[in-house]
Amino acid sequence: MGRTLSQKIWDHHVVRSGDNLPDLLYIDLHLIHEVTSPQAFDGLRMNGRKVRRPDLTVATEDHNVPTENIDQPIEDEVSFKQIQTLRNNADEFGITNYPMGDPNQGIVHVIGPELGLTQPGMTVVCGDSHTSTHGAFGALAFGIGTSEVEHVLATQTLPQPEQETMSITINGQLPFGSSAKDVVLAVLAEVGTGGGIGAIAEFRGSVVESLSMEGRMTLCNMAIEFGAKAGLIAPDQITYDYLKGRKHSPKGDQWEEAIRFWDELKTDADAVFDREITLNGDMITPQVTWGTNPGQVIPVSGRVPKPDDFEDPAEQEAAQRALDYMGLTAGTKMSDVAVDTVFIGSCTNSRIEDLRSAAEVIKGKKVAEGVRTLVVPGSRKVKEIAEQEGLHEIFLESGFDWREPGCSMCLAMNPDKLTVGERSASTSNRNFEGRQGRGGRTHLVSPRVAAASAIAGYFATPEEL
Amino acid sequence: MKPVKIIEGTAVPLDRSDVDTDQIIPSDWLKRVERTGFEKGLFSEWRDDKNFILNDEAYAGARILIAGPNFGTGSSREHAVWAIQQAGFDAVISPRFGPIFKNNATKNGLVPIEIDSQLGKQLISEVGKNPDLHFVIDIAQRSVEIPQLGLSIEFELEDSVQERFLKGLDDIGITLNNAEAITNFETNRGQWLPSQNLI
Ligand code: SF4
Repeated sequence: MGRTLSQKIWDHHVVRSGDNLPDLLYIDLHLIHEVTSPQAFDGLRMNGRKVRRPDLTVATEDHNVPTENIDQPIEDEVSFKQIQTLRNNADEFGITNYPMGDPNQGIVHVIGPELGLTQPGMTVVCGDSHTSTHGAFGALAFGIGTSEVEHVLATQTLPQPEQETMSITINGQLPFGSSAKDVVLAVLAEVGTGGGIGAIAEFRGSVVESLSMEGRMTLCNMAIEFGAKAGLIAPDQITYDYLKGRKHSPKGDQWEEAIRFWDELKTDADAVFDREITLNGDMITPQVTWGTNPGQVIPVSGRVPKPDDFEDPAEQEAAQRALDYMGLTAGTKMSDVAVDTVFIGSCTNSRIEDLRSAAEVIKGKKVAEGVRTLVVPGSRKVKEIAEQEGLHEIFLESGFDWREPGCSMCLAMNPDKLTVGERSASTSNRNFEGRQGRGGRTHLVSPRVAAASAIAGYFATPEEL
Repeated sequence: MKPVKIIEGTAVPLDRSDVDTDQIIPSDWLKRVERTGFEKGLFSEWRDDKNFILNDEAYAGARILIAGPNFGTGSSREHAVWAIQQAGFDAVISPRFGPIFKNNATKNGLVPIEIDSQLGKQLISEVGKNPDLHFVIDIAQRSVEIPQLGLSIEFELEDSVQERFLKGLDDIGITLNNAEAITNFETNRGQWLPSQNLI
């Protein structure tokens, strides 16, 4: 029987197997950031261990960093200490770090692909759940905890129990105005937050094949939100075109050799998945979350559901609690819900294509009165390209703030936060209670919908402006 | 990690589904570079509500946390596991766990126990009625006994995880026994693969 894309990558990385132990997988790339690494480096020091492959380890500063006045010292002492700890650890163990202000700095899942570090057929890990993003290249990429970060630092491997395989096929063609974000929100609406637990999900079908690399990254980024170990997409010409000429992409003869290897990776025609779901892309309109988990999704044109709309009593309760927290009344049209803040950024939607699509919507229009708006590019490179294209001027003229790269309001570890009761339209990936600041109310949307909502002052699609 | 064989004590019912890691330990706590002192951050936003179950004196000293389905979804922050342990819990029972949380738990000796969702509801309601219900979790038997209810529940635990719990083994130590296999593997990796030495 044939093998799937993820099984091929898995098999290719088994260092040892058997003996009633999980397979030991080799890790090709280990990405590090300031938040989940300090205790891992402490562990190494305590046991007198070294980093086995500093050359396969890359660090960046993203979660904590301010997005304004970055030439000044970081005001928050605890954040400053954490950043400083990463710098010291990188020095001590010989690891490349891209500090705040560096031309290569940015959100870890934005810079990996940008530098050509993420390539098809690789295993990629990071102490961050959205590592699934890198699966867009046909890599097996997943988030790990701090104990595992220490394990990878010390051994460049990870023991991994076998996973089921899952295929998520999106057929047809997206209607005009729908994006990869809407696709993944629609998948979440379908399978819920637990639908992928225990599995590695492969996205397939005509909609997926037609997406750009940026769109594919958005899709894979949120695979973790339905609980999948990883999400991935078979590499194709679009992947190769993106990779060609990047800093760490193979060069010369090695490029040819790599392509021959990458071409073999796709799922065999006779491979069988353990779970299969199919969606019709023709029906996917712009989506928005209304609740406090990313599975609580409706079309932007829809109405806030009633708890009774759900069959499962646990879901009914969750819905009631979500409505209370979000300050929403069942039956309200989303287009009647006012937004206080619009955040365009995060490893889900802060790449150049995302900024272009938002800028296109707002060009020549003004942000609605009283709406706070910020655009936070995913990396310094994205920022640079956007400025070359003049996108920053479009944002600034409309009334948006144009910031320095980082995670920012995606998780509110830096000064960019929602206040109690403040409602945001956000292009990030989590609408959990308090995720963007204590008491804040988050609605996840695509960059186009975020941009249109900033102009309208209410949840809106660009077509309604 | 210390060996974990038997966990005996009372439980606290957290009757919510989708308790994500942002609730378990809010992101402000993640700025710390230490590994201890996270107990105060556990559910810190919910704890302001005096009716929150973890504020109920009747459940003080509980060693087992029983929650609704999808416990620990979300971020990879291991701080969530540290906070739960440092607040005195040794096991969490839920019908379904966020996978990274579950894995992190096993690396630290916090026992994640997955049970049937009907049974989960029953336990939450029983413990809600009687905070003194006594639980015995036996790792070797993979069982939860609640004598007052006449219940004996079996749960799944991978063999290798069970062994690590029972013996208190260090994962890195186990892996380093394969140093030779790792070195052999490294000699056969694709030449084109990215490395910081090749810039
Ligand atoms: S942007 Fe948000 S989700 Fe992405 S790595 Fe940063 S904090 Fe995590």
